[in-house]
Amino acid sequence: MSQLAVEREIDRSKMTVSDEVAIEIVNMNKWYGAFHVLRDINLTVNQGERIVIAGPSGSGKSTLIRCINALEEHQAGKIVVDGIELTSDLKNIDKIRSEVGMVFQHFNLFPHLTVLENCTLAPIWVRKTPRKEAEERAMHFLEKVKIPEQANKYPGQLSGGQQQRVAIARSLCMMPKIMLFDEPTSALDPEMIKEVLDTMIELAEEGMTMLCVTHEMGFARQVANRVIFMDAGQIVEQNEPEEFFNNPQSDRTKLFLSQILGH
Amino acid sequence: MSDIGFVRTEMLPEQDPPASEVGIIGWMRHNLFDGWFNSALTLLSIYFVYKVLAALVPWILSPTWDAGSLAECREVLGALGREGHYAGACWGVINERWIQLIFGFYPAELYWRPIAAFVLLGVALAPVLFSDKVPSKLLIFTILYPFIFPWLLWGGTIWGPISVVLGFVVGWLVYSAVDKAVSNLALVYSAVDKAVSNLVGIIAGAVAALIWWLILSGYFVGAMDSIAAIGIEPVESRKFGGFMLSITIGVVAIACSLPLGIVLALGRQSDLMIVKYLSVGFIEFIRGVPLITLLFVASTLLNIFMPPGTDFDIILRVLIMVTLFASAYMAEVIRGGLAALPRGQYEGADSLGLNYWQSQRLIIMPQALKISIPGIVSTFIGVFKDTTLVSIIGLLDPLGLSNAIRADANWNGIVWELYGFIALLFFVFCFSMSRYSMYLERKLHTGHR
Repeated sequence: MSQLAVEREIDRSKMTVSDEVAIEIVNMNKWYGAFHVLRDINLTVNQGERIVIAGPSGSGKSTLIRCINALEEHQAGKIVVDGIELTSDLKNIDKIRSEVGMVFQHFNLFPHLTVLENCTLAPIWVRKTPRKEAEERAMHFLEKVKIPEQANKYPGQLSGGQQQRVAIARSLCMMPKIMLFDEPTSALDPEMIKEVLDTMIELAEEGMTMLCVTHEMGFARQVANRVIFMDAGQIVEQNEPEEFFNNPQSDRTKLFLSQILGH
Repeated sequence: MSDIGFVRTEMLPEQDPPASEVGIIGWMRHNLFDGWFNSALTLLSIYFVYKVLAALVPWILSPTWDAGSLAECREVLGALGREGHYAGACWGVINERWIQLIFGFYPAELYWRPIAAFVLLGVALAPVLFSDKVPSKLLIFTILYPFIFPWLLWGGTIWGPISVVLGFVVGWLVYSAVDKAVSNLALVYSAVDKAVSNLVGIIAGAVAALIWWLILSGYFVGAMDSIAAIGIEPVESRKFGGFMLSITIGVVAIACSLPLGIVLALGRQSDLMIVKYLSVGFIEFIRGVPLITLLFVASTLLNIFMPPGTDFDIILRVLIMVTLFASAYMAEVIRGGLAALPRGQYEGADSLGLNYWQSQRLIIMPQALKISIPGIVSTFIGVFKDTTLVSIIGLLDPLGLSNAIRADANWNGIVWELYGFIALLFFVFCFSMSRYSMYLERKLHTGHR
């Protein structure tokens, strides 16, 4: 697997994990019909943590992070995000979703709106931010992801890497406390993966709480403070990246690592 | 040793394509004479088109514009040495009756009213159709137009439409007052939240508006009329006819069926069981019944259910039926657009915290409607052409009028000229709708991935 290490040294001064709990998942189970996708998940994420979730396809890792902002509904157990418990109450769900940013594999930008409108839409309608302020903030974040000059283009006119950076900026415009990444680089050309990973690394350097489902093990090694390995809907192993990669405990993890790092 | 080794030292510049591939010669080579088979087909088609035009053009160019009857037409053509069934068109009938084909039996001295109504229709539509070129302040007029339009056509006291507008005002005032009152209550008893107060407000507002329209409005109009009787001469529905009638039915059905169709399409996709099955039932029932059946219901059956003595205008009944019919089709077309949207769009909107109505209005509908433009416009065109079916229940649309005209002894036997003229007018309207939809598609194209 590609070892997309950043050339520069990562600034770890703000990458601190606090004692405050950002996400708490207790005995969570989920079924698709009769199929048991997530089995007894227990996970506590503190503020400032950078967690990479890895695992073979179909292991439930995407489903897990999609449960955190209620894109998928869990059937048993408890999920508490930023002190709010996820129930079927729509008000709680909308509240949590406005605090949790999400970046998708296929970007999910709105093709009928310009880049700037994509970024200002939610702040204006959900947060009731005045348009001018929302636009200023959007430009700030577009500069941060290094594409301010594309603000008035439509998503369809941008490259995949640029679109994904717009998607990150769009999430950041809501000032989220937690960012979820669902395979953000899997739909990108190799040349574009780096620009997206660089953006994510910068975000981590600012102390953002991040949960990333990704196959970029270089990113996991350098940025994550914890790597979670999932298989068959369960958390099989979790550890600090150093230990996880150099000294995996379970056989399933060893097999997985040998397959993705073997060439 | 290494024959496969190769390094390009300079990049190749861009070159023009060969001359035979561009310009008119290249176009003809590609499109008309691409091989012997295509060349033969081209020549055959040109011959065919020539034969059709050679027969049609002399028929159309016949100097019968001033003839007063079919017999007179035949004389004019006979004097030119043109005999037989296809000697030439008899345009006298159009010259004499075109006004009737357009206005029906609407009083001639009041023609300015439908003309004004349709000119203003253009003004009201402009900010909707060409939102980038027309100032959006005109939208205020667009909102008021639905009240002006029936008043201009049917006439009567001005207080009628004003009273209808006042109904909306009353509803709005009651809504805001109740909403505010319940919200204040909510501060005291925290159990009531914003959504509840909103809902209570909407229900109270709707009830107030209905009470106004059904009960108080009559007194209001009567009272105002006795104070200041401002109005224009009323015109009865049975005097309506011709293209004026077609356009009236078409425009109202088109304008109402789009929002109704959107609501039905959303209802059909809803998670709420009752809403969903009501929508499905409505759509499937209406689509399963021919429009003519619905029109017969409107013209005859509805009266049976009404209390005796109620005068429920026939055009209004037809309008309701045609609108319901069109909205069922519209709902399915829009559902197609909704189905074509990737799931990611819903998830993208959800993940930002937009609620259901926000994401429908800002994200889903603009895209679904854009995808459905060809289908929507097809339905519009279909509805507009279906308005000719009202001739079956005795309304005098252009086709109904053409029968009346052909019953006239002077014009007995005329077919092609009348139907050709009607077809031409329908074509102008339908073709403009089709062109507009293509313009809109181009305008809204933002380079989908």
